[in-house]
Amino acid sequence: MCLAIPGKIVAIDAAQAHLGTVEVAGVRRKVDLGLIQEESPAAGDWVLIHVGFAMTKISEHDALEQMRLLNMLGEAEQAMEEVRGYGSSDCDPQH
Amino acid sequence: MKYVDEFRDPELISKAAEEIRRLADTGRHYRIMEVCGGHTHAIYRFGLKDILPSNIELIHGPGCPVCVLPMGRIDDGLSVARDPGVIFTAFGDMMRVPGASGSPLEHKARGTDVRIVYSPADALQLARKNPERHVMFFAIGFETTAPSTALTLIRARAEGVKNFSVFCNHVTIVPAIRAILDSPDMRLDAFIGPGHVSTVIGCRPYEWIARNEGKPVVTSGFEPLDLLQSIVMLLHQLRAGEARVENQYRRVVPWEGNRAALKAMAEVFELRPYFEWRGLGFISQSALKLRDEYAEWDAERRFPIPGARITDPKAAQCGEVLKGVLKPAQCKLFGRECTPEHPIGALMVSTEGSCAAHYHYEHRKNLVSVA
Repeated sequence: MCLAIPGKIVAIDAAQAHLGTVEVAGVRRKVDLGLIQEESPAAGDWVLIHVGFAMTKISEHDALEQMRLLNMLGEAEQAMEEVRGYGSSDCDPQH
Repeated sequence: MKYVDEFRDPELISKAAEEIRRLADTGRHYRIMEVCGGHTHAIYRFGLKDILPSNIELIHGPGCPVCVLPMGRIDDGLSVARDPGVIFTAFGDMMRVPGASGSPLEHKARGTDVRIVYSPADALQLARKNPERHVMFFAIGFETTAPSTALTLIRARAEGVKNFSVFCNHVTIVPAIRAILDSPDMRLDAFIGPGHVSTVIGCRPYEWIARNEGKPVVTSGFEPLDLLQSIVMLLHQLRAGEARVENQYRRVVPWEGNRAALKAMAEVFELRPYFEWRGLGFISQSALKLRDEYAEWDAERRFPIPGARITDPKAAQCGEVLKGVLKPAQCKLFGRECTPEHPIGALMVSTEGSCAAHYHYEHRKNLVSVA
């Protein structure tokens, strides 16, 4: 659980600016951007996500390398399962 | 070097390995601790031990939050879920971790409402959607995860969501390093500092390790090249007789950490006077609890908690392995009574624990080659 998942912000929620839609390897979910407000997150930025919260902005190059690392560690699948929210209908990740 | 073909820059890897051999004094044995469980997993997965000269020994530290959680805390958390009005939520990592009365998954099989969540925010969302139930989030993790729990609680309080609580097991990494350094049988030379914990706390909290204890610290990324470069940086310092904190993972770790995350943590949490760590015992000021302002969302104050204490069998030598006195396979129980399927000691519980990592990547390899 120490490893973070890279994703790209595709939209900021109009009603709640601390929420963003982030795409991780083609899968979209809502991510809380509250911890990176000082970095002024915007659509198009790449971020490292940990347990549903963006931890820091990173470059696109580093984001792709991080995804590659998760693949090499055999953790990419688990990471994607987490992004999809374990398929629980009660916990709709699209808040 | 099983996985060397997958390395991004095989040439750079070879160069870093050469540099390590050049810098390491052949007459000296180096013990370097990687604090973070993610690093431990990467070191085993990439077979870095095979690349390093034999006089550089990597000691696997306490940075696996699932491993260091005392078993009694799992029983305490699950005791709340006996109330049919309660939904118990936790990260997937927790689901198979056994308490004395079974793991969360086993409780689920017996009818307890146990659900996996990816994020504390998902647990809060579950509470919003089920106002007639109470949703308890079983929180674990170091400073990487604690800010997310804090921000979730700030949102719950601001919205007045009253059917939500947190059973807080968050721990802080620096007191655990201090406990290891204070133990009389400690034999470490230097530290590879955690990667993602440092995105939150920055590098300053490690400065006392260099200044007061004379041990170099380098915060590191998770790629094989990151880890080898960090070892190069540590060896440069050791060779020069210096002890400083350096940041190899600058592309992700800001020296001052993440101010918003630290602020959220300070608003919601305060230090517990002491907390038990599986394998290390009680460590003062090493864990977080909710401040009085958040008492309504504190599961430990809302529900009666039995306060179960379950000690590991004496034969399990987790403490010695954590301090680098013993290697995983030197523990009397390793691979016999204690396996990833039936963990007896803390470090066998998760793939980020040193014994489980050793079992998966080294022990099995040996079993196969013997067969």
